[in-house]
Amino acid sequence: MRRSTRLADTTAGALAGLASIRRLTTGRRTGARPPGSWEVVTVDRPPGEVLPGGRWPEPLRRLAPAIQVEIRQAPGGRGTELAARIRPGATLPGLAAHLAGDDPGRVVRTALWQAKQLTETGEVLRADRSRTDRGPAG
Amino acid sequence: MRALCWTDTGQIAVRQVPDPELRNGHDAIVRVRQSATCGGDLPLLAGRAPYLADGDVLGHEFLGEVVTVGPQVRRHRVGDRVVVSSTVACGSCWQCRSGAPWCCDNGNPAPEASELAYGHPVPGAFGRPTATGGFAGGHAEYVRVPYADVGAYRIPDQVSDDRALFAADAAPAGWLAAELGGVRTGSVVAVWGAGAVGQLTARAAGMLGADRVIVIDPRDDRLRMARRHTDAETIDPRHADVPAELRERTGGRGPDVCVEAVGPAWDGRPRSLADRFTDAAERPPAVRESVHVCRKGGTVVVLGEYAGYVDTFPLGAVGAKGLRVRGVRQHGARHVPTLLERMARDELRTEHLATHRLPLEEGARGYALFRDRRDGCVRAVFSPDLPPAG
Ligand SMILES: [Zn+2]
Ligand SMILES: [Zn+2]
Repeated sequence: MRRSTRLADTTAGALAGLASIRRLTTGRRTGARPPGSWEVVTVDRPPGEVLPGGRWPEPLRRLAPAIQVEIRQAPGGRGTELAARIRPGATLPGLAAHLAGDDPGRVVRTALWQAKQLTETGEVLRADRSRTDRGPAG
Repeated sequence: MRALCWTDTGQIAVRQVPDPELRNGHDAIVRVRQSATCGGDLPLLAGRAPYLADGDVLGHEFLGEVVTVGPQVRRHRVGDRVVVSSTVACGSCWQCRSGAPWCCDNGNPAPEASELAYGHPVPGAFGRPTATGGFAGGHAEYVRVPYADVGAYRIPDQVSDDRALFAADAAPAGWLAAELGGVRTGSVVAVWGAGAVGQLTARAAGMLGADRVIVIDPRDDRLRMARRHTDAETIDPRHADVPAELRERTGGRGPDVCVEAVGPAWDGRPRSLADRFTDAAERPPAVRESVHVCRKGGTVVVLGEYAGYVDTFPLGAVGAKGLRVRGVRQHGARHVPTLLERMARDELRTEHLATHRLPLEEGARGYALFRDRRDGCVRAVFSPDLPPAG
Protein backbone atom coordinates (compact mmCIF):
# COMPACT_ATOMS: atom_id res chain seq x y z
CA MET A 1 0.00 0.00 0.00
CA ARG A 2 1.06 3.56 0.65
CA ARG A 3 3.86 2.50 2.93
CA SER A 4 5.47 0.08 0.48
CA THR A 5 5.28 2.52 -2.43
CA ARG A 6 6.86 5.23 -0.33
CA LEU A 7 9.61 2.90 0.75
CA ALA A 8 10.33 1.85 -2.81
CA ASP A 9 10.37 5.47 -3.96
CA THR A 10 12.68 6.42 -1.13
CA THR A 11 15.16 3.69 -1.90
CA ALA A 12 15.21 4.39 -5.61
CA GLY A 13 15.56 8.12 -5.03
CA ALA A 14 18.29 7.76 -2.48
CA LEU A 15 20.21 5.35 -4.65
CA ALA A 16 19.96 7.76 -7.54
CA GLY A 17 21.33 10.44 -5.23
CA LEU A 18 24.17 8.21 -4.09
CA ALA A 19 25.02 7.20 -7.64
CA SER A 20 25.41 10.83 -8.61
CA ILE A 21 27.62 11.39 -5.57
CA ARG A 22 29.77 8.61 -6.86
CA ARG A 23 30.04 10.39 -10.21
CA LEU A 24 30.83 13.62 -8.41
CA THR A 25 33.61 12.12 -6.32
CA THR A 26 35.23 9.55 -8.55
CA GLY A 27 33.98 10.10 -12.06
CA ARG A 28 32.94 6.45 -12.12
CA ARG A 29 29.52 5.46 -13.24
CA THR A 30 28.60 2.95 -10.51
CA GLY A 31 30.01 1.50 -7.29
CA ALA A 32 30.70 -1.89 -8.89
CA ARG A 33 34.34 -2.90 -9.34
CA PRO A 34 35.69 -5.16 -12.08
CA PRO A 35 35.32 -8.89 -11.40
CA GLY A 36 38.36 -10.35 -9.69
CA SER A 37 39.20 -7.18 -7.71
CA TRP A 38 40.37 -7.64 -4.15
CA GLU A 39 38.27 -6.29 -1.30
CA VAL A 40 40.13 -5.65 1.96
CA VAL A 41 39.36 -4.88 5.60
CA THR A 42 41.73 -4.40 8.51
CA VAL A 43 40.95 -6.51 11.56
CA ASP A 44 42.33 -5.24 14.85
CA ARG A 45 43.64 -8.67 15.90
CA PRO A 46 46.81 -10.66 15.17
CA PRO A 47 46.74 -13.00 12.13
CA GLY A 48 46.42 -16.06 14.37
CA GLU A 49 43.11 -14.77 15.68
CA VAL A 50 41.82 -13.75 12.26
CA LEU A 51 42.47 -17.18 10.72
CA PRO A 52 42.60 -19.46 13.79
CA GLY A 53 44.30 -22.72 12.81
CA GLY A 54 44.35 -21.46 9.23
CA ARG A 55 40.55 -21.69 9.03
CA TRP A 56 38.62 -18.88 7.37
CA PRO A 57 36.20 -17.00 9.60
CA GLU A 58 32.47 -17.02 8.98
CA PRO A 59 30.81 -15.92 6.76
CA LEU A 60 33.75 -16.15 4.32
CA ARG A 61 33.79 -19.93 4.77
CA ARG A 62 30.34 -20.15 3.21
CA LEU A 63 31.62 -18.49 0.02
CA ALA A 64 34.34 -21.12 -0.52
CA PRO A 65 35.41 -22.38 -3.02
CA ALA A 66 34.38 -19.40 -5.12
CA ILE A 67 36.73 -16.98 -3.34
CA GLN A 68 40.41 -16.58 -2.52
CA VAL A 69 41.46 -15.25 0.88
CA GLU A 70 44.78 -13.66 1.84
CA ILE A 71 46.08 -12.00 4.96
CA ARG A 72 49.01 -9.84 5.84
CA GLN A 73 50.17 -7.87 8.84
CA ALA A 74 48.85 -4.29 8.94
CA PRO A 75 51.35 -1.49 9.56
CA GLY A 76 51.56 0.41 12.85
CA GLY A 77 50.18 -2.33 15.06
CA ARG A 78 46.77 -2.14 13.45
CA GLY A 79 46.29 -5.89 13.27
CA THR A 80 45.71 -7.90 10.12
CA GLU A 81 44.71 -6.96 6.59
CA LEU A 82 42.18 -9.53 5.46
CA ALA A 83 41.60 -9.64 1.69
CA ALA A 84 39.22 -11.68 -0.43
CA ARG A 85 38.18 -11.85 -4.06
CA ILE A 86 36.10 -14.03 -6.29
CA ARG A 87 38.33 -16.45 -8.19
CA PRO A 88 38.46 -15.51 -11.86
CA GLY A 89 35.65 -17.39 -13.60
CA ALA A 90 34.09 -18.70 -10.37
CA THR A 91 30.48 -18.09 -9.40
CA LEU A 92 29.23 -17.49 -5.87
CA PRO A 93 27.25 -20.31 -4.31
CA GLY A 94 23.44 -20.33 -3.92
CA LEU A 95 21.86 -17.39 -2.18
CA ALA A 96 25.02 -15.29 -2.38
CA ALA A 97 24.92 -15.46 -6.16
CA HIS A 98 21.29 -14.38 -6.07
CA LEU A 99 22.09 -11.41 -3.80
CA ALA A 100 25.16 -10.41 -5.75
CA GLY A 101 23.28 -9.22 -8.83
CA ASP A 102 25.66 -7.32 -11.08
CA ASP A 103 28.07 -6.54 -8.21
CA PRO A 104 29.49 -9.76 -6.76
CA GLY A 105 32.25 -7.72 -5.10
CA ARG A 106 29.60 -6.28 -2.79
CA VAL A 107 28.88 -9.74 -1.38
CA VAL A 108 32.57 -10.26 -0.69
CA ARG A 109 32.80 -6.86 0.94
CA THR A 110 29.84 -7.52 3.23
CA ALA A 111 31.28 -10.92 4.17
CA LEU A 112 34.59 -9.26 5.04
CA TRP A 113 32.87 -6.62 7.19
CA GLN A 114 31.00 -9.34 9.04
CA ALA A 115 34.12 -11.49 9.49
CA LYS A 116 35.91 -8.46 10.94
CA GLN A 117 33.01 -7.68 13.25
CA LEU A 118 32.73 -11.28 14.46
CA THR A 119 36.46 -11.42 15.21
CA GLU A 120 36.53 -8.06 16.96
CA THR A 121 33.25 -8.09 18.88
CA GLY A 122 32.02 -11.68 18.84
CA GLU A 123 28.80 -10.81 17.04
CA VAL A 124 27.42 -9.37 13.83
CA LEU A 125 25.45 -6.28 14.72
CA ARG A 126 21.83 -6.57 13.67
CA ALA A 127 19.61 -3.65 12.79
CA ASP A 128 16.40 -3.05 14.68
CA ARG A 129 13.56 -5.00 13.16
CA SER A 130 12.60 -3.22 9.98
CA ARG A 131 9.13 -1.84 9.52
CA THR A 132 8.38 -4.50 6.93
CA ASP A 133 9.13 -7.46 9.18
CA ARG A 134 7.37 -5.89 12.14
CA GLY A 135 3.89 -5.94 10.71
CA PRO A 136 1.24 -3.65 12.10
CA ALA A 137 1.73 -2.26 15.60
CA GLY A 138 0.03 -4.27 18.34
CA MET B 1 4.73 1.35 23.13
CA ARG B 2 4.34 5.02 22.27
CA ALA B 3 7.01 6.68 20.13
CA LEU B 4 7.54 9.96 18.30
CA CYS B 5 7.84 9.02 14.63
CA TRP B 6 8.81 10.88 11.47
CA THR B 7 5.85 10.49 9.13
CA ASP B 8 6.47 12.89 6.26
CA THR B 9 8.40 16.06 5.42
CA GLY B 10 7.93 18.41 8.35
CA GLN B 11 5.53 15.97 10.00
CA ILE B 12 6.04 14.00 13.19
CA ALA B 13 3.49 12.23 15.37
CA VAL B 14 3.25 9.98 18.40
CA ARG B 15 2.23 6.47 17.35
CA GLN B 16 1.90 3.01 18.78
CA VAL B 17 4.87 0.94 17.58
CA PRO B 18 6.11 -2.52 18.63
CA ASP B 19 8.36 -2.66 21.72
CA PRO B 20 12.06 -3.05 20.92
CA GLU B 21 13.61 -6.47 21.47
CA LEU B 22 17.08 -7.82 22.19
CA ARG B 23 18.74 -8.52 18.82
CA ASN B 24 22.37 -9.13 19.89
CA GLY B 25 24.01 -10.50 23.02
CA HIS B 26 25.47 -7.10 23.93
CA ASP B 27 22.10 -5.29 23.76
CA ALA B 28 20.16 -3.78 26.62
CA ILE B 29 16.65 -2.38 26.64
CA VAL B 30 16.27 0.97 28.38
CA ARG B 31 13.01 2.45 29.62
CA VAL B 32 13.27 6.12 28.68
CA ARG B 33 12.74 8.77 31.34
CA GLN B 34 13.78 11.81 29.30
CA SER B 35 14.81 12.62 25.74
CA ALA B 36 15.88 15.92 24.20
CA THR B 37 15.52 17.68 20.86
CA CYS B 38 18.76 18.48 19.01
CA GLY B 39 19.71 20.69 16.08
CA GLY B 40 21.00 17.58 14.35
CA ASP B 41 17.39 16.35 14.16
CA LEU B 42 16.10 19.35 12.23
CA PRO B 43 17.36 18.30 8.78
CA LEU B 44 15.67 14.94 9.40
CA LEU B 45 12.46 16.63 10.37
CA ALA B 46 12.62 18.73 7.23
CA GLY B 47 13.01 15.59 5.12
CA ARG B 48 16.56 16.47 4.06
CA ALA B 49 18.10 13.14 5.09
CA PRO B 50 18.01 10.33 2.54
CA TYR B 51 16.58 6.95 3.59
CA LEU B 52 14.34 8.37 6.32
CA ALA B 53 11.05 6.50 6.16
CA ASP B 54 7.52 6.84 7.46
CA GLY B 55 7.48 5.44 11.00
CA ASP B 56 11.14 5.93 11.93
CA VAL B 57 11.47 6.75 15.64
CA LEU B 58 13.45 9.96 16.23
CA GLY B 59 15.67 11.16 19.08
CA HIS B 60 19.34 10.52 19.80
CA GLU B 61 19.69 12.11 23.24
CA PHE B 62 18.06 10.16 26.07
CA LEU B 63 18.42 8.57 29.47
CA GLY B 64 16.45 6.06 31.45
CA GLU B 65 16.53 2.83 33.35
CA VAL B 66 17.83 -0.56 32.22
CA VAL B 67 14.95 -3.06 32.07
CA THR B 68 16.50 -5.99 30.15
CA VAL B 69 20.08 -7.02 29.43
CA GLY B 70 21.44 -9.45 26.84
CA PRO B 71 23.60 -12.42 27.90
CA GLN B 72 26.89 -10.67 26.98
CA VAL B 73 26.23 -7.48 28.93
CA ARG B 74 28.66 -7.24 31.87
CA ARG B 75 28.58 -3.70 33.18
CA HIS B 76 24.86 -3.16 33.59
CA ARG B 77 22.02 -4.75 35.43
CA VAL B 78 18.30 -4.24 35.54
CA GLY B 79 17.41 -1.07 37.41
CA ASP B 80 20.57 0.90 36.56
CA ARG B 81 19.92 4.57 35.82
CA VAL B 82 21.89 5.25 32.64
CA VAL B 83 22.54 7.94 30.07
CA VAL B 84 23.14 6.57 26.57
CA SER B 85 25.71 7.98 24.16
CA SER B 86 24.00 9.17 20.98
CA THR B 87 26.43 7.18 18.81
CA VAL B 88 26.74 3.41 18.60
CA ALA B 89 30.31 2.14 19.06
CA CYS B 90 31.60 -1.38 19.66
CA GLY B 91 34.48 -0.69 22.04
CA SER B 92 36.62 -3.42 20.42
CA CYS B 93 37.85 -2.13 17.06
CA TRP B 94 41.07 -0.20 16.49
CA GLN B 95 39.25 3.15 16.31
CA CYS B 96 37.39 2.55 19.58
CA ARG B 97 40.53 1.26 21.29
CA SER B 98 42.45 4.34 20.10
CA GLY B 99 39.95 6.64 21.78
CA ALA B 100 37.93 7.56 18.69
CA PRO B 101 34.60 5.76 19.13
CA TRP B 102 32.85 8.11 16.71
CA CYS B 103 35.04 6.50 14.05
CA CYS B 104 34.02 2.97 15.19
CA ASP B 105 34.20 0.36 12.42
CA ASN B 106 31.43 -1.87 13.77
CA GLY B 107 28.60 0.35 14.96
CA ASN B 108 26.59 0.28 11.75
CA PRO B 109 24.71 -2.78 10.51
CA ALA B 110 24.22 -1.21 7.07
CA PRO B 111 27.61 0.30 6.19
CA GLU B 112 27.14 0.38 2.41
CA ALA B 113 25.23 3.65 2.20
CA SER B 114 27.67 5.75 4.20
CA GLU B 115 30.63 4.12 2.51
CA LEU B 116 29.22 5.24 -0.81
CA ALA B 117 28.40 8.73 0.46
CA TYR B 118 31.52 9.43 2.53
CA GLY B 119 34.14 6.95 1.32
CA HIS B 120 33.99 4.98 4.58
CA PRO B 121 31.22 3.50 6.69
CA VAL B 122 30.30 5.76 9.61
CA PRO B 123 29.02 4.26 12.84
CA GLY B 124 25.43 4.12 13.92
CA ALA B 125 23.45 6.67 15.86
CA PHE B 126 20.04 6.49 17.46
CA GLY B 127 17.02 7.97 15.74
CA ARG B 128 18.72 8.20 12.38
CA PRO B 129 17.97 6.61 8.99
CA THR B 130 19.65 3.48 7.61
CA ALA B 131 22.82 5.22 6.43
CA THR B 132 23.58 5.88 10.10
CA GLY B 133 22.62 2.43 11.26
CA GLY B 134 18.86 2.73 11.32
CA PHE B 135 18.56 2.37 15.09
CA ALA B 136 15.24 3.51 16.54
CA GLY B 137 15.53 6.63 18.66
CA GLY B 138 14.87 7.69 22.22
CA HIS B 139 11.67 9.71 21.80
CA ALA B 140 9.84 6.59 22.91
CA GLU B 141 8.98 4.57 25.98
CA TYR B 142 11.74 2.00 25.35
CA VAL B 143 14.95 1.84 23.29
CA ARG B 144 17.25 -0.99 22.30
CA VAL B 145 20.87 -0.07 23.10
CA PRO B 146 23.44 -2.13 21.11
CA TYR B 147 26.85 -2.71 22.78
CA ALA B 148 25.30 -1.51 26.04
CA ASP B 149 28.56 -1.93 28.00
CA VAL B 150 30.11 0.70 25.71
CA GLY B 151 27.17 3.01 25.02
CA ALA B 152 25.30 3.23 28.33
CA TYR B 153 26.75 4.92 31.44
CA ARG B 154 25.62 4.61 35.06
CA ILE B 155 24.63 8.06 36.30
CA PRO B 156 26.23 9.00 39.66
CA ASP B 157 23.61 9.37 42.41
CA GLN B 158 24.41 13.08 42.88
CA VAL B 159 23.58 13.89 39.25
CA SER B 160 19.92 14.55 38.42
CA ASP B 161 18.25 13.28 35.26
CA ASP B 162 17.84 16.90 34.17
CA ARG B 163 21.59 17.40 34.20
CA ALA B 164 22.76 13.96 33.03
CA LEU B 165 20.62 14.10 29.90
CA PHE B 166 23.11 16.45 28.25
CA ALA B 167 25.90 13.90 28.65
CA ALA B 168 24.25 11.90 25.85
CA ASP B 169 25.45 14.20 23.08
CA ALA B 170 25.65 17.97 23.56
CA ALA B 171 28.24 18.03 26.36
CA PRO B 172 30.63 15.49 24.78
CA ALA B 173 30.28 17.22 21.40
CA GLY B 174 31.19 20.58 22.93
CA TRP B 175 34.05 19.04 24.88
CA LEU B 176 35.46 17.34 21.79
CA ALA B 177 35.21 20.58 19.79
CA ALA B 178 37.30 22.39 22.39
CA GLU B 179 39.74 19.50 22.59
CA LEU B 180 40.19 19.14 18.82
CA GLY B 181 40.47 22.91 18.55
CA GLY B 182 43.54 22.60 20.76
CA VAL B 183 42.11 25.01 23.36
CA ARG B 184 44.64 25.61 26.12
CA THR B 185 45.55 28.22 28.71
CA GLY B 186 45.45 31.62 27.07
CA SER B 187 43.48 30.59 23.99
CA VAL B 188 40.94 32.93 22.44
CA VAL B 189 37.93 30.98 21.23
CA ALA B 190 34.96 32.10 19.13
CA VAL B 191 31.82 29.98 18.97
CA TRP B 192 29.10 30.54 16.38
CA GLY B 193 25.74 29.49 17.83
CA ALA B 194 24.50 29.74 21.43
CA GLY B 195 22.30 26.67 21.44
CA ALA B 196 23.02 23.89 23.89
CA VAL B 197 26.05 22.63 21.95
CA GLY B 198 27.47 26.14 21.46
CA GLN B 199 27.06 26.96 25.15
CA LEU B 200 28.61 23.68 26.22
CA THR B 201 31.52 24.29 23.81
CA ALA B 202 32.03 27.70 25.41
CA ARG B 203 31.95 26.12 28.86
CA ALA B 204 34.41 23.40 27.81
CA ALA B 205 36.75 26.03 26.36
CA GLY B 206 36.65 27.91 29.67
CA MET B 207 37.34 24.73 31.62
CA LEU B 208 40.32 23.96 29.37
CA GLY B 209 41.83 27.35 30.24
CA ALA B 210 40.74 29.68 27.43
CA ASP B 211 41.47 33.30 28.20
CA ARG B 212 38.51 34.68 26.24
CA VAL B 213 35.48 32.94 24.83
CA ILE B 214 33.22 34.86 22.48
CA VAL B 215 29.80 33.50 21.53
CA ILE B 216 27.94 34.73 18.44
CA ASP B 217 24.18 34.34 18.07
CA PRO B 218 21.29 36.50 16.83
CA ARG B 219 18.98 35.65 19.79
CA ASP B 220 18.89 37.79 22.95
CA ASP B 221 17.63 34.99 25.16
CA ARG B 222 20.42 32.64 24.14
CA LEU B 223 23.13 35.30 24.46
CA ARG B 224 21.88 36.16 27.94
CA MET B 225 21.95 32.51 28.89
CA ALA B 226 25.47 32.08 27.50
CA ARG B 227 26.72 35.04 29.55
CA ARG B 228 25.04 33.78 32.71
CA HIS B 229 26.11 30.12 32.50
CA THR B 230 29.51 30.33 30.83
CA ASP B 231 32.29 32.90 31.14
CA ALA B 232 31.71 33.95 27.56
CA GLU B 233 31.32 37.41 26.08
CA THR B 234 28.82 37.71 23.26
CA ILE B 235 28.28 39.30 19.85
CA ASP B 236 24.88 39.79 18.28
CA PRO B 237 25.34 39.73 14.48
CA ARG B 238 22.17 41.81 14.06
CA HIS B 239 23.95 44.77 15.62
CA ALA B 240 27.63 44.16 14.79
CA ASP B 241 29.94 43.34 11.93
CA VAL B 242 31.14 40.02 13.32
CA PRO B 243 34.54 39.77 11.55
CA ALA B 244 35.41 43.40 12.38
CA GLU B 245 34.29 42.96 15.97
CA LEU B 246 36.31 39.75 16.38
CA ARG B 247 39.40 41.39 14.89
CA GLU B 248 39.06 44.25 17.33
CA ARG B 249 38.55 41.98 20.35
CA THR B 250 41.56 39.82 19.47
CA GLY B 251 44.15 42.53 18.90
CA GLY B 252 43.90 42.07 15.15
CA ARG B 253 45.04 38.44 15.31
CA GLY B 254 41.70 36.67 15.05
CA PRO B 255 40.57 33.88 17.38
CA ASP B 256 42.91 30.91 17.84
CA VAL B 257 40.00 28.51 17.65
CA CYS B 258 36.74 29.06 15.76
CA VAL B 259 33.89 26.64 16.38
CA GLU B 260 30.87 26.49 14.13
CA ALA B 261 27.99 25.19 16.27
CA VAL B 262 25.12 26.45 14.15
CA GLY B 263 24.45 23.52 11.87
CA PRO B 264 22.13 23.23 8.92
CA ALA B 265 19.04 24.50 10.71
CA TRP B 266 15.79 23.89 8.92
CA ASP B 267 15.27 26.38 6.15
CA GLY B 268 11.69 25.26 5.62
CA ARG B 269 12.18 24.25 2.00
CA PRO B 270 11.43 20.60 1.34
CA ARG B 271 13.80 19.17 -1.24
CA SER B 272 13.77 16.26 -3.63
CA LEU B 273 15.61 13.13 -2.56
CA ALA B 274 18.44 13.67 -5.02
CA ASP B 275 18.77 17.29 -3.83
CA ARG B 276 19.13 16.14 -0.29
CA PHE B 277 22.42 14.46 -1.02
CA THR B 278 23.81 16.21 -4.06
CA ASP B 279 22.87 19.29 -6.01
CA ALA B 280 21.48 21.52 -3.33
CA ALA B 281 24.72 21.90 -1.42
CA GLU B 282 24.68 23.74 1.89
CA ARG B 283 26.19 27.22 1.98
CA PRO B 284 26.82 27.54 5.68
CA PRO B 285 27.54 31.21 6.42
CA ALA B 286 29.03 30.53 9.86
CA VAL B 287 31.56 28.07 8.43
CA ARG B 288 32.64 30.64 5.85
CA GLU B 289 32.83 33.42 8.40
CA SER B 290 34.87 31.34 10.85
CA VAL B 291 37.44 30.43 8.16
CA HIS B 292 37.65 34.09 7.20
CA VAL B 293 38.30 35.45 10.70
CA CYS B 294 40.33 32.61 12.22
CA ARG B 295 43.91 33.61 13.04
CA LYS B 296 46.70 32.40 10.73
CA GLY B 297 47.62 28.86 11.73
CA GLY B 298 44.48 28.59 13.85
CA THR B 299 41.89 25.84 13.96
CA VAL B 300 38.34 25.81 12.62
CA VAL B 301 36.07 23.16 14.12
CA VAL B 302 32.90 22.26 12.26
CA LEU B 303 30.30 20.89 14.67
CA GLY B 304 27.24 21.37 12.46
CA GLU B 305 25.83 18.17 11.07
CA TYR B 306 26.08 18.59 7.33
CA ALA B 307 24.88 15.50 5.50
CA GLY B 308 26.24 16.02 2.01
CA TYR B 309 28.10 18.78 0.21
CA VAL B 310 28.96 22.35 1.03
CA ASP B 311 29.38 25.01 -1.59
CA THR B 312 31.40 28.25 -1.74
CA PHE B 313 33.77 26.99 0.91
CA PRO B 314 36.74 29.39 1.22
CA LEU B 315 39.43 26.81 0.51
CA GLY B 316 41.82 29.58 -0.53
CA ALA B 317 41.89 30.97 2.99
CA VAL B 318 42.58 27.52 4.43
CA GLY B 319 45.76 27.25 2.39
CA ALA B 320 46.83 30.88 2.54
CA LYS B 321 46.46 31.07 6.32
CA GLY B 322 47.62 27.55 7.12
CA LEU B 323 44.41 26.68 8.95
CA ARG B 324 43.49 23.34 10.42
CA VAL B 325 39.91 22.28 9.80
CA ARG B 326 38.51 19.60 12.09
CA GLY B 327 35.26 17.70 11.73
CA VAL B 328 33.51 16.56 14.88
CA ARG B 329 30.62 14.49 16.06
CA GLN B 330 31.31 13.21 19.55
CA HIS B 331 33.44 10.48 21.06
CA GLY B 332 30.95 9.43 23.72
CA ALA B 333 32.88 6.56 25.23
CA ARG B 334 35.93 8.76 25.68
CA HIS B 335 34.24 11.69 27.40
CA VAL B 336 30.92 10.71 28.99
CA PRO B 337 32.35 9.18 32.19
CA THR B 338 34.54 12.20 32.97
CA LEU B 339 31.75 14.62 32.07
CA LEU B 340 29.43 12.79 34.48
CA GLU B 341 32.11 13.15 37.16
CA ARG B 342 32.36 16.87 36.45
CA MET B 343 28.57 17.06 36.70
CA ALA B 344 28.69 15.22 40.05
CA ARG B 345 31.27 17.74 41.30
CA ASP B 346 28.99 20.56 40.16
CA GLU B 347 31.66 21.90 37.78
CA LEU B 348 29.41 21.34 34.82
CA ARG B 349 25.75 22.35 35.04
CA THR B 350 23.47 21.83 32.08
CA GLU B 351 19.91 21.69 33.35
CA HIS B 352 19.17 25.32 32.41
CA LEU B 353 19.38 24.28 28.75
CA ALA B 354 16.17 22.25 29.09
CA THR B 355 13.89 25.24 28.71
CA HIS B 356 10.73 23.28 27.89
CA ARG B 357 9.52 20.06 29.50
CA LEU B 358 6.71 18.28 27.76
CA PRO B 359 4.98 14.91 27.69
CA LEU B 360 6.03 12.73 24.76
CA GLU B 361 2.58 13.32 23.25
CA GLU B 362 3.54 16.95 22.69
CA GLY B 363 6.61 16.02 20.69
CA ALA B 364 5.44 17.80 17.55
CA ARG B 365 4.78 21.00 19.50
CA GLY B 366 8.13 20.71 21.25
CA TYR B 367 10.00 20.36 17.97
CA ALA B 368 8.12 23.31 16.49
CA LEU B 369 9.10 25.49 19.47
CA PHE B 370 12.69 24.29 19.20
CA ARG B 371 12.92 24.67 15.43
CA ASP B 372 11.52 28.20 15.44
CA ARG B 373 13.38 29.13 18.67
CA ARG B 374 10.05 30.43 19.93
CA ASP B 375 9.28 31.22 23.56
CA GLY B 376 13.00 31.17 24.47
CA CYS B 377 13.28 27.51 23.57
CA VAL B 378 16.87 26.19 23.72
CA ARG B 379 15.97 22.53 24.13
CA ALA B 380 12.63 20.75 24.53
CA VAL B 381 12.79 17.70 26.78
CA PHE B 382 10.15 15.00 26.50
CA SER B 383 9.14 12.49 29.09
CA PRO B 384 6.90 9.50 28.39
CA ASP B 385 6.01 9.57 32.12
CA LEU B 386 4.46 13.04 32.10
CA PRO B 387 0.70 12.83 31.65
CA PRO B 388 -0.53 14.27 28.33
CA ALA B 389 -2.06 17.73 28.81
CA GLY B 390 -5.82 18.15 28.64
ZN1 LIG C 1 22.36 15.87 19.50
ZN1 LIG D 1 34.43 0.15 17.49
